Formats: sequence, C-alpha cells, structure tokens
Amino acid sequence: MTDTLLPEGGSGDVPPTTRADWQSDQEVRWCPGCGDYSILTALQLLMPDPGVRREKTVFVSGIGCAARFPYYMDTYGMHSIHGRAPSIATGIATAREDLSVWVVTGDGDALSIGGNHLIHALRRNVNMTILLFNNRIYGLTKGQYSPTSEAGKVTKSTPMGSVDHPFNPVSLALGAEASFVARTIDSDRKHLTEVLAAAAAHRGTSLVEIYQNCPIFNDGAFDAIKDRDTKADAIIPLVHGEPITFGVPAEDGRATKGVAHDPATGGVRVVEVGDGEGRLAESELLVHDAHNPDPSVAFAISRLTDAGYLHTSPIGIFRQVERATYDDEARAQLATAGASSDADPAERLSALITGADTWTVV
Amino acid sequence: MSTPDTAPETVQVPEVTVLFAGDSGDGMQLTGSQFTLATALARNDLATLPDFPAEIRAPAGTLAGVSAFQVHISDHDIFTPGDAPHVLVAMNPAALRAELATLVDGGTVIVNADTFVERNLAKAGYDHDPLEGDDLDAYRLIRAPMTSLTKEACKELGVKPRDAERSKNFFALGLLSWMYSRPIEPTIEWIEAKFKGRDLIIAANKAAFNAGHAYGETAELSDHQVIVRPAEMPAGTYTNINGNTALAWGLVAAGQLSGLPIFLGSYPITPASDILHELSRHKEFGVTTFQAEDEIAAVGSALGAAYGGHLGVTTTSGPGMALKAETIGLAVSLELPLVIVNIQRGGPSTGLPTKTEAADLMMAMYGRHGESPMPVIAAKTPADCFDQAIEAARIATQYRTPVILLSDGYLGNSSEPWLLPDVDDLEPFPVEFASGFNQVDEEGNEIFWPYLRDEKMARPWAIPGTPDLMHRIGGLEKEDGSGNVSYDGANHAHMIAVRAERIARIPVPDAEVCGDSDADVLVVGWGSTWGAIAAAVRRIRNGGRKVAHVHLTHLNPMPANLGEVLSGFSTVLVPEMNLGQLVRILRDEYLVDARPVNKVTGQPFTPAELQQVILSELGDDT
Repeated sequence: MTDTLLPEGGSGDVPPTTRADWQSDQEVRWCPGCGDYSILTALQLLMPDPGVRREKTVFVSGIGCAARFPYYMDTYGMHSIHGRAPSIATGIATAREDLSVWVVTGDGDALSIGGNHLIHALRRNVNMTILLFNNRIYGLTKGQYSPTSEAGKVTKSTPMGSVDHPFNPVSLALGAEASFVARTIDSDRKHLTEVLAAAAAHRGTSLVEIYQNCPIFNDGAFDAIKDRDTKADAIIPLVHGEPITFGVPAEDGRATKGVAHDPATGGVRVVEVGDGEGRLAESELLVHDAHNPDPSVAFAISRLTDAGYLHTSPIGIFRQVERATYDDEARAQLATAGASSDADPAERLSALITGADTWTVV
Repeated sequence: MSTPDTAPETVQVPEVTVLFAGDSGDGMQLTGSQFTLATALARNDLATLPDFPAEIRAPAGTLAGVSAFQVHISDHDIFTPGDAPHVLVAMNPAALRAELATLVDGGTVIVNADTFVERNLAKAGYDHDPLEGDDLDAYRLIRAPMTSLTKEACKELGVKPRDAERSKNFFALGLLSWMYSRPIEPTIEWIEAKFKGRDLIIAANKAAFNAGHAYGETAELSDHQVIVRPAEMPAGTYTNINGNTALAWGLVAAGQLSGLPIFLGSYPITPASDILHELSRHKEFGVTTFQAEDEIAAVGSALGAAYGGHLGVTTTSGPGMALKAETIGLAVSLELPLVIVNIQRGGPSTGLPTKTEAADLMMAMYGRHGESPMPVIAAKTPADCFDQAIEAARIATQYRTPVILLSDGYLGNSSEPWLLPDVDDLEPFPVEFASGFNQVDEEGNEIFWPYLRDEKMARPWAIPGTPDLMHRIGGLEKEDGSGNVSYDGANHAHMIAVRAERIARIPVPDAEVCGDSDADVLVVGWGSTWGAIAAAVRRIRNGGRKVAHVHLTHLNPMPANLGEVLSGFSTVLVPEMNLGQLVRILRDEYLVDARPVNKVTGQPFTPAELQQVILSELGDDT
C-alpha cells in the first residue's frame, strides 16, 4: 500500500564518491581554529566509503555551533530546534529503514536542553549515530558554562565561578544503557575516523563524544590530552582485547601506567606498572572488553575522566554490544500485522469501521 | 401504586435522559456504555456524556469519587446528551448528593438502598438519611436493594459474596433495561465476550443483570416502564461512535486516501490517550505509533517522520500543546505536513483533566512565537471527528503545512450513532513527492530548490532517499526559492508575507446559514457546541420564532463569505466553552458587534441554557 511511494534510491551499485561530493555549496562559518572544522573534514573523508549513498544519508541537528553541521554536508539534512534532534531523528529512523541517520549535537544541546531525548534515544537503541561535540562551554550564546563545564568555572553567567556539578557524557550514556559509547578527540584525525567508522557501522544508537576545542570561549580545555609533552600521561587509550596501559613508556618501551580493578572501591584505578614495589605487572591489568554485556566495568573506566580541568581521560570505544533496536522491532510489528490479512486496503478500512456493533436502518 | 392486573398501558415518551452515577469503582462508565449500545441496537437516536473524576480511585464513597454517565435516548434525531436527566441511578449516597440537583423536577431516583448506611451517609456529607427525610419529595423514588439482591442471585453460583457485590452495576443495568425495554441479548452476549474465560464472573454478571430485570417486573414498578420508539433515521448501517475513536479511524482513512503510511508520535494525556490506544491496534494499516518520552519528542518524531515521507501526526491536550509549540513553529518554517490534534480540557495548567473546555482556540491560532500562521479546524460532533481528521490530513499534505485539529473532552468521550460512510466514496488525495530537479543555476546546471512553490504556494516534498534532491532545511530564515539560509531583512519580510498568504489562500467551504436567514439573531459556534446550539435553535424555531445558526469548522482560514454572512444579522451571539475567544477573532476580523455567551464549568452547554439566552435576546414577545 504505502511503500510504493518511497524513492528508488539505493538500488543497484553505489556510484563512487569523493570528499567533494559530500561538501555542500554553503560557506562554512565556524570561527577560525574551531575544532568543528576537523570533525567536518574527517566525516567528509570518511563518507565516500563504498556502499554509502548521499541521498540515503540524513544529518539532523539542534541548535548551537555544532548544529550548523548539516548545512555543510551535501546530503539530506535538518537544522532543527534546541535539544530535539534525537527525537526528530527517531521519527526519521523509525519511518525509514533505508536511511543512515546522523545527529550532530553539542554539550548544551544534547545534555542540557535535550538531555531527556538523548537518554531515551540511547535506551531505545534507535538506529542513529550521535556525534556529541563537547567543548565544555556554550559557544553560540557567547560563553556561558555548560553541563560539562568544570565546577568553579568563571564565565559570563558565573562571575564568581559555577557551582554546578558537571555531567560525564560517557557515564551518562552507559547509565542509559547505550549499546555503543565512544570518546575521541577532534585533533586526532586517525582515531576520530576509526571511531566514526565503527559508530556508523553499529546497528542501534551510537554515541560518540568528541572533545572539541572552542578557541574563543574555552580555549585550551583539552590541552593536557593534546600537548605532545603531556598527552601520553593524559590519554588512557581503550583498545578492545588489550590491557589498558598508558603513560610515558619506560626505557625498555614498556608501559608505565595502567588500569586495574580496585578491590577497595569495587571500581577501577590507575596503577603504576612495572617491577618495583607498589607496581603491578602488566598481566594484572584490566583487559578492555567493549563487548561485555555488563556495562559496569565500562562505567567504572568512564569515571577515570577528570570532572574538573581535564588532566586524564579514557579515549576509545567504551562499549559496543548488540541489542535489539527500537525501529527494527517496531517495523517488525508492522510487518507482522500487515501480513495478517491479504484484503485490499479499502476492504480493510471498511472492515475496521463496520467491525464494532452495527445496526442497519432500511 | 398499580397492581399487575390493573396495569396501565405502558407510557410512550419521545425521549428520556438517564444518568448513571456511582463510585469510581462501581463500573458506571461500563454500565452506561452498555446501556448505550443496547439503546443503539433498539434503534433510538442517542447521545452520551461520560463524566468522571481525574483520580482513578478517589476515596470510596466520597463526592470526589463520583463517576457518572449520562445518556439521552429518543425517537427522533437529537444533538446532545440532553438537558436535565429524567432518571438518576445513584449507586451510593455520594452519587445521590452529587447529582440530585441536575435531575428534572418530578424525575425518578433509583438508589441502591443497601448503601444508605450511616458510614456512607457520613462520607457523602449527609447528616441524615435522605431516603427517610423530605429530600426526595419532589421525585419518584425507587429503593432497590441492589447489593443484597445481587448477592442473593449469585449465591447458588458459588461466587464469594465480595465478588458478587462487584456485579451490582449489572443489576442496575438489568433494571434500566427492563424499564426502557432494551433488548437483553446484546448485553448477555457482551458479558460473555468481555469476560471470556472467567466463567464465574460471567455467571455473576448475568445473574445480576437478570435479577435487575426481574426486579422491575416483580417489584410493582410497571408504572415506571416507558417506551421510547425507534427513531426515524436515514437508511444505512450505523455504529455507536465516540469522538476519539472516530478521530483515530479518520486518521487511518487519511493514510489510505493519501497513500501515506501514518506515524503517530504521542505522549499519554487525558483525554487524548484513547487515540493513541486505538491507533496502536491498527498496525495492519501501516500505522506506526510511537509513545515518546515527552510531548516535545512526540511532535518531534512526527515531524521527523513527515520529513521522511510519512503522514506525521501527534495527539495531545492543552498542556501538551504548550510544550509542542516550538516544534510546531519549526514545522511552519519547514513547511512540512503535520497533523496536531488537541483534545481540549479545562485549563490553565493541569486544570480539569477529565472535564471539557474549548479554551485553546487562541493558542491554536496565535500560540507560537513569531509570525507563524497555520490552518486550524475543529470537529463539531463525535462522528465529525472522522471527517475532520481526514480534512486535517488533506490540508496538511496538499498545502505542506502543519494543521491543528481541535476536539475536546466532551466530543472525545461522548458517543452518537454514526451513519457509516461507504469508504469508496471518500475522496482520495494522493501525494506526489518531488522526484527531479526543478531549477537551473547560472551555469546551466540542473539543481533542486526546496522552496520553489507550486500554484498552491506549497513547496516540493522531497524526501530523503530521492537521488539528486539532497537539500538542507532548518529553522533559520530561508531565502525564498533556494531555501538557503538568509539573514536579509527584505527576504525575511517577503517570507513572512508568503507564509501568511499561502495559508490565507487555502480554499475552505463557505459558511452555511442554518435556520432563518432573515432572522435578527445569528448564533455562531465552533467545535462541540454544535449540538447544543442546533438543538436550541430547533426548539426556538419550532416555537415559531426566527433564529439562524452558522457553525465554523474551518477557523483558519475562515470561510470567504463569513464577513458578508455576519453583516446580515443585527445580533450575533457566540457561545463558547471559554471566556470569549472566537468572539474576539470575529470582532477583530469583521468589525461586528458579536457578543459572547460563555460556559466554563467543565460541562458542555445544554440546549436549555442556550435556548434561554437566545430567547432573552429575541425578547419575550410571544
């Protein structure tokens, strides 16, 4: 009855595309030095992957600097209203199985005004990829503290320092039982691209937190994890199946720090690695298991993120598990119901309205 | 009191209004609905008015917990659930106390006498037993020991006394069925179907029903037995329908007529939830129902689905409308089809969730930021909700705009016989999505402009998945034609004018004057006041006086001839279940001295109320 109207895009071979095909004709208007540029570039380089059709791709955003993203992609796109992109994307993804749906959002958009939609999209596991650009500040409204700003932050709206406690987006997503949760950095093109590719390939809702520097209102927020001299001690890289190690390597090339279970708290802790006293052998470290059905350990790892100024942060895919998606299940119910009768639509409609108690006047 | 051998011939009456009232847990809505069905099958015309508290189970036996169901049955066509009830069935003292004042003088009170004990009397606030004093002198009283007779009837079935007591509403139903000669079989069949698999409950309910029926015959009540003959109604097949069900079915029909799958995004809210419930049962029509996390996500998901080529619908009531306002504004800017259904209730804020009001007209017309005009239509009867759901979807899809469809708690819950349409006679309005380029750029390349307008000033509906038509839309102001973001002031002024004009130009049917076009007084209504106005106007005209009635379904844009129609009457009265909203719009738009007639008690107008208002306007020169 209804699927005949859907366009034919998607049939046959996918014509090869280049980065230029994914760039719209609109002038990109972020501030010079904004981390958003590198994310846009990474995505435009990633999209020409074989098998991806521009006309089958939809970018949905809310409000904020990041939310201008759809205008710059030559795909279908909607720049919607503040915080609501996940709900609009839920409608698109549920209505249209054939589309690749992306949400581009920021820390204010996703976690403050749109927090409710974010957690419910994650728990439903609707097929969409959410890119959360976290610059820990409100940019487009010119520099107020955000839900990820550290406590004590002095901003235009908090001249005496913020007394708000910040969210950790990864912890929040894991708490919402998200099936794919990752964190990456705007300036690490390789890691960013790998994580985006994995997120795009995941069936269900993928949440990727991208540390993104705002050079105007919160410059340097991520310097510790970007600076050559400090990043080895700041980034805790998560690699599935590998022991979690980091830190400036010892002379023999071995890791100097790692993450291990903490019997005292039941969580995890950073430990010194090596042979000396108080150090743990690498074999005693936590082996990262992104596929663990239980999110507890991933949550514990997420707590290693500094809530204040960022000195240390786990980076990588925290969780990547398979679970039923809302939209697939909803469509399956429609298909089951649709298969229950082979009557034509008009007959069905007639049967519906005459299906209650009726009487006839002659 | 007559005796069987001198029984008078059963009295025939043209109409009767019965009010079932009891505690929230007494099953009054069920009893009323079933009496209604039996009435429909007896071929009477009917109209119902369910009236229940906002609490699921308010403290038992209190006035706050009284749940009522009014049904008006007649041998001629009627438009409302009646003025004052002729018969009150009071299952406990609280029900009697809460509803007695509404009963006509000389009306019949049937009480469950078993409940008139000190404890219940105290809960109801009585300091005496009204069955013993002179409280009921003006009425005909039937004291039926419903609880004890029900228990007695169930005794041999092995039903526990406490369970048997729960069947006492079927005793009342049996008694009323006997009084009004309702057919027994439909109720028996319904009991068997409804409680299928629970044999003891079926047996208890049937025993109670039969006991109530027998009580009428044996308790010398034959002078209370009346006949309401079948009404003469146009030939065809009928069903008894309430507004919310009709609206849900109308949406299903709209999906068929447009060729679009339906996506309903909704958040549960009284009195709109039944539309979500009903549509969720009809997935076989390609209807997706999404119970969202909140009202905003409900409308957002529907808008997303509309962008994806579905017929996006969201259903709610007043508080939900307030939450959806920003997204509706986005839909105005995006020029995408969307149907927003508001089943109005008493406000502001949580207000009276289970009572009716129609005070959201101004919000529908103007309740968005910026200049954001959109079509508004209102259903006038329960069955009309079917037609207006289709009309809302037609306007939305043909003119690529969000449309607000107004109904209210009264229309949503009350029911009337509906002459079923032949679905083949419903006018299809197939949708065509954009499929190719529509513009050439300066270099001669074919391109797509998402805001290039057709002869209806509607932009193309280009859905994702369509090759070549990739485009971006958003809430930022757009350049007309290309749809690119534009901050240009002149373009903004132009776009505001375009958005206003494209809605104003939507053709709607002319206003039709019912009654006397040469009368002095014109009554203008909208929405659910239709029944009460039509009934009042008919009575006045039957009394030899002249009066006219215009009812507005299309509130934005309004009928093109409305100004001319209004100017033809020296007095224009506008009854509304608010403090005067349409009346302000009419005064503003047409500079007429339209005058408000208001009711905001949570109950619909009765014909008698409006009859009185109109008559006093006409002057008492009989």
